[in-house]
Amino acid sequence: MSHFHPEIRQRAEELVALYPRARSAMLPLLHLAQEQDGYLSEAGIDEVAALTGTTSADVRGTAAFYDMFHLEPVGKYVVGVCTNIACLLAGGEEFLEHASQKLGCAVGSTTSDGLFTLEETECLADCDKAPCVQVNHRYVRTTTPATFDALVDELRDGKLDNDVPAHGTLIRVRRSGGLRVPRQEIVDQRALSTAARAQRAEEAK
Amino acid sequence: MAVLDSPRIVSSRSQYADSYTLSRYLATGGYVALRKALTMFPEQVAAEVDAASLLGRGGAGFPAGRKWSMLRKSPVSYLVVNGDESEPATFKDHFLVERDPHQLVEGVIIAAYALQVSQAFIYLRGEFALGLERVQQAVNDAYAEGALGSKIFGSDFSIDLVVHPGAGAYICGEETALIEGLEGKRGFPRIKPPFFPAVTGLYGEPTVVNNVETMSNLPWIVNNGGAAFAALGAGRSTGTRLFALAGRVNNPGVYEIEMVKNTFRDLIYDPQLGGGVFEDRAVKAIIPGGVSAPWFGPELLDLPLGQDEVGEKGSMLGSGSVVVLDETTCVVRAAWRITKFFSRESCGQCTPCREGSGWIERAMYRLEHGGGRMEDMDLLLDLCDNIAPGLSWPPQQTTICVLGSSIPSSVHSAIKMFPDDFKAHVLHGGCPHD
Amino acid sequence: MTDVIRTTVSITVNGRELEVKTGELLIDAAERAGEYIPRFCYHPRMEPVGMCRMCLVEVEGPRGATLQPACYLHVNDGMSVCTNSEKVKKAQDGVLEFLLANHPLDCPICDKGGECPLQDQTLAHGSGETRFVEEKRHFVKPIEIGELVLLDRERCIQCARCTRFSAEVAGDTEIAFSGRGDLIEVAPSPDKPFNSVFSGNTVQICPVGALTAKPYRFSARPWDLEQVESTCTTCAVGCRIAVQSSGNRLTRVLGVDSDPVNHGWLCDKGRFTLDSVDQNADATDVLDPATRMVAPMVRVNGVLEPVSWGEALDAAAKILRDASATPEGVGAIGGASLTNEGAFAWERFVRGVLGSDNLDAQFGDGLDPVLLQALPRATIDETASAKTVVTLTGDLREELPILFLRLRESAVRDHHAIVEFAFGPSALRPVARLSLVVRPGEAHLAARCIADRADAPTGVAFTNEELFEARRLIGESGEGVVFVVGRPNVAEDPRVLEDAIRRFAERFPDAKFLVALRRSNVAGALDMGLSPRLRPGRGFELTSKGRDTLGQLEALRRGDQKALLLLGGSLLGNVADVVGATSALEKASVIAVTGHGGPSLAFADVVLPAAVAHERSGTVTNIEGRVSAVAAKIVAPGSAWPDVAIAAELAEQLGQSIGLTSVEQTAKTIEESTGYPALSVANDELHDGAVVGRLDATSLRHALDPMAFPGIRSAESVGLASYTGATVETNAVDSVHTRPATLDVLGHAPNLEVPLADAYSLRLVVSRRLYDRGVAMQGSPALDNLIKATTLSLNHVDLDRLGVEAGAIVRVTGAQGSVRLAVQLNEEVARGSADVAFGTLSATGEDALAALLDPTSVISQVRVETR
Repeated sequence: MSHFHPEIRQRAEELVALYPRARSAMLPLLHLAQEQDGYLSEAGIDEVAALTGTTSADVRGTAAFYDMFHLEPVGKYVVGVCTNIACLLAGGEEFLEHASQKLGCAVGSTTSDGLFTLEETECLADCDKAPCVQVNHRYVRTTTPATFDALVDELRDGKLDNDVPAHGTLIRVRRSGGLRVPRQEIVDQRALSTAARAQRAEEAK
Repeated sequence: MAVLDSPRIVSSRSQYADSYTLSRYLATGGYVALRKALTMFPEQVAAEVDAASLLGRGGAGFPAGRKWSMLRKSPVSYLVVNGDESEPATFKDHFLVERDPHQLVEGVIIAAYALQVSQAFIYLRGEFALGLERVQQAVNDAYAEGALGSKIFGSDFSIDLVVHPGAGAYICGEETALIEGLEGKRGFPRIKPPFFPAVTGLYGEPTVVNNVETMSNLPWIVNNGGAAFAALGAGRSTGTRLFALAGRVNNPGVYEIEMVKNTFRDLIYDPQLGGGVFEDRAVKAIIPGGVSAPWFGPELLDLPLGQDEVGEKGSMLGSGSVVVLDETTCVVRAAWRITKFFSRESCGQCTPCREGSGWIERAMYRLEHGGGRMEDMDLLLDLCDNIAPGLSWPPQQTTICVLGSSIPSSVHSAIKMFPDDFKAHVLHGGCPHD
Repeated sequence: MTDVIRTTVSITVNGRELEVKTGELLIDAAERAGEYIPRFCYHPRMEPVGMCRMCLVEVEGPRGATLQPACYLHVNDGMSVCTNSEKVKKAQDGVLEFLLANHPLDCPICDKGGECPLQDQTLAHGSGETRFVEEKRHFVKPIEIGELVLLDRERCIQCARCTRFSAEVAGDTEIAFSGRGDLIEVAPSPDKPFNSVFSGNTVQICPVGALTAKPYRFSARPWDLEQVESTCTTCAVGCRIAVQSSGNRLTRVLGVDSDPVNHGWLCDKGRFTLDSVDQNADATDVLDPATRMVAPMVRVNGVLEPVSWGEALDAAAKILRDASATPEGVGAIGGASLTNEGAFAWERFVRGVLGSDNLDAQFGDGLDPVLLQALPRATIDETASAKTVVTLTGDLREELPILFLRLRESAVRDHHAIVEFAFGPSALRPVARLSLVVRPGEAHLAARCIADRADAPTGVAFTNEELFEARRLIGESGEGVVFVVGRPNVAEDPRVLEDAIRRFAERFPDAKFLVALRRSNVAGALDMGLSPRLRPGRGFELTSKGRDTLGQLEALRRGDQKALLLLGGSLLGNVADVVGATSALEKASVIAVTGHGGPSLAFADVVLPAAVAHERSGTVTNIEGRVSAVAAKIVAPGSAWPDVAIAAELAEQLGQSIGLTSVEQTAKTIEESTGYPALSVANDELHDGAVVGRLDATSLRHALDPMAFPGIRSAESVGLASYTGATVETNAVDSVHTRPATLDVLGHAPNLEVPLADAYSLRLVVSRRLYDRGVAMQGSPALDNLIKATTLSLNHVDLDRLGVEAGAIVRVTGAQGSVRLAVQLNEEVARGSADVAFGTLSATGEDALAALLDPTSVISQVRVETR
């Protein structure tokens, strides 16, 4: 019995087919598991282990290496506030403190209504908009406490559901189909072009 | 005076709100370069890149043409584009993937053709959710246009391109760790030698890893020729480059300007660029090239923005990031926060980086918050020396990868340039800036 | 003009020019030359990772001297290395200081203290005081990551030795690095604890006290321990071990790196069953295999009473005298639990003193020993380096775990082909090049098809494609091929497999065979003649008419045989037909010579207590025919005697002599009278043993890596010689006085009547589990929770056909009755067959095999019904 819903399972198999080795689909599959469950459940991890040909311990350990994967449930909105150098210079630490107050939860934890998780992040690559904030990995350009408060209220009211999908849904654009080129076609072409190039090099002498 | 008349090589479409759409791309010369490249022999395309003397735009600044020529001959090879931009205060690839994804895709296909690789991958950091969507859309559009897939644009060349998301790990920006991530593993960098990607890369096959900005230059280079690119800039630093200016400036942002002809002062003060320091304060220090780079003092403001020029003065142009610290900045806090970054991002494989970064971070924290001792400065420098022996630039390393040898940069710079600040923290029993 | 391939290159280390092996790792080359480079993560039996950075040395390059990890560099001609410059020393000091920064000051309470590479290397290369004044990292500790292994996260130095072992050697990746940076922890999946049968190896190779073993934890300090090198006899692989004791109490077993055998690894059963030896001397239930027999006993008024040796021997002699009045009235069963010397003594007693040919060290659970003797034999090394290995065995990870590791390495690292006759679930399946599905009663057909290039007959599980691939991988003459042969299914007539083996041996004359019989020293016992047609020294006697075990049990039931000498008490725990054996024992007069209790003792008239493993010296023989020494480390409890003494005294009691006085003298006699290696091995400092009849079988031990054998700086310091290689001259079998059997003495192959596949029945496969209910497990409570409840396993096709859900309780009917069992799903079970572990109990607690086995047929078939 697959833990993945049929549509997710379908997408999972398509992802595996994009790579020469099944294990390469590990990160995209983990994102997919998180999309279904909101976080990485044990059943999701077991499923990814089966799809990538390794053990649950290995998958879990790999997932834990990366910041975007959560092994415990998180809020519907994961709010990331950067405090790295550019944001530090722009008052990022104070901003983080404010965010914690406004949301009503400590940094690194989730609000009791399960709506928000607040994280202190490293550089989000948006430094000219410091202090930088992402919600579910979408940039929300609020640089003042007031605009942050307004954002939180909008999120609470569900007004931004189109812009900010629930945590887990990362890429909303589906790839338009699998690989188009059969492996043999690549092999044959490259052999021909290598030979042709060698020929040209000979003639150039 | 800033030199601002160079062509917009990678940021030509930034004026359009719909710069990322296929229609805008096609209307502004999109896919002309690829069609042209397909009429050339692969090695001719590579020769243009070589002639352009295009230095890698990721951080190491290794010439792209030379990297391409080192690709070991093999029936199977790969092209992997490094879009894992996570070097603090660097945000120029972010700009490219969100604002001109088609240009990136076209550049990647051109490179794939020149290198005759078996498959190409674009690895984007997972936090670029919008960027991933836009690049995926651009890839879909490319397939629909016939620029990807079987026998592209009616040529004899077939190629598939896969967009691959990261999941939040700075170390995956290191090329061998990127490959590990693409293989579905933890981002543990490999030891070089022997694991130079051009020799033994993805799945053990020869692999070229190039930065997003590097790839984005290719359409223009093919259209205008490598010589035209090399005619810009000076010395080894040819062409234009995206600089990501941040910190205490009036107009932080991404600016594409000609290399070497422009200086740090131009970038920071020109009204069309940085617009000067916040509230006209004095520059205390500049961090060129990302937080892995040693700092410069204000006496180097007139240094040209060139790879070798910066290298000779003991730092690096790196990822093209420039952060401005002003007289109100606490350098101890800044260096502490940078060290904390390295400690959190250390992959953990090797002892000096894993343990050293944590130790230095805790000592710096203690200094900032009142527990500092006079001997801490020598201790910190010695710990840095144990990670990067000699504290030279370019650094030596006891670690597996260059993250380790980047740890000392900020601490060493801060102590060397601002010893009085440190002493003040000790005497004051905390941060005098608070 | 030919290119000379150089086998050595010239490098300079600290100014000294050295000739080292081409392609060797610098760290190894330097160590061989006496320049020891400190290290943590490097392990000679795993791929290097260059992570700890302790082995950094200065290597001259185009940009001057740079620090490089010695474990990661292969030597190049002209390489110039400095291992003791100021820069190197500072780097080493730096690494140690970094490691110790967060390392807890646990030495006083840490198992590793005294044998700790971190302690040792800090003393040698580190500074005396720390400059770290910050708060150390703290974690909850220790954590149980498995049944036997505890993790202390604060002590862990993230060297990855344990996770690399799990992924690379054991191949089960049950533990892995989780997290990043200094928060990396070694972790299993939360619902799948680290219960690999190889988990104990990670404790041994952990260079600090992060991983500790529950059974050993806090029990001793290394400087209190005495040790000897010995051979493990829990199974028949014969891994080299160091046995450690303190005050006549066994404390620990460590793996010793023997190049031809176990590479330093042990399975957890061999490692953690010491308690079964010396912790149950006070127990009194003689029917419990855990109980040690410490006093001679005689049955008086139906109850076994302790008596003196004199009385017991007297009673035993009387039984034997009375029984000998009937021709063929006595016989002996057992012997796998003996040393070669013990087996030799009993052989002399039964044949020489009693004049009987009725001996058998197997319990009907093995293979025809004459056939095995006739096969050209392979060593484990030869099997691991063969380009193709064909296995006709059960799940080797359950039966001979370290052999499984050797084969797995050969397939995964060296890309050799394993052709697996797939009788049921097997840990080799994921790495086998080909799995040929074979149901009970089909193995000989598959062998015939391969040998004769015939098509698969209708109705069998294997396909023509599989046969074709098998033929291709085996080749024309079998050159470079090793067949690993065992007894995968006790419910199948052994002649099925014997037919297959014989066919392969005849058809592929260049192939060799590794005999994978699993129990303890069964190979040695057979070589000492404990089988009707075998004679001591791997000899053979064609005319012998003695009874094997099943023959003796039959004769005891009929009354043709009167008395039985049980060598080791485990007959009823190991024989397939328990009902038949029980009724035989009921009728017989039984003398049990055993160190442990067991259900068989319910029928013993006399019990003579024997010394067991670690209490007796001598030699044993493993699956490849390697004779190696076992050493006594503790004194046997109570008045238990070594078997040589018991046999000698019993002979005396009968007024005769077997001419053996001591273990040493017996070993000498074996060697002198048969040429079989014995005393020379026992006295040989090399300890790795000698393979019978093989002059070319090398006996190497790598220089013991002090890190692999933790904390011991040099093996010399603890009395273990460290050798880089030596070849031991063995006595060629030709000098043996009775020649071994050859294939032509086997006579005609029997015509095996295999019943047709019945649409309603399933063919029974009885497989083995490592954690069974035998002596070693019963006496070792530490492993109790690892014993999995076993049940009947079916393929999903059969479950669907029967309309049964996995987990349901069903009625299973066999030739001798019915039992209720739960069924489970296992896709590796062949369709049309059902797998059950030996010793499985029914839902009502009876032995399942008693009902399901059909001793009259070549295969056993069962019906499964939902009611």
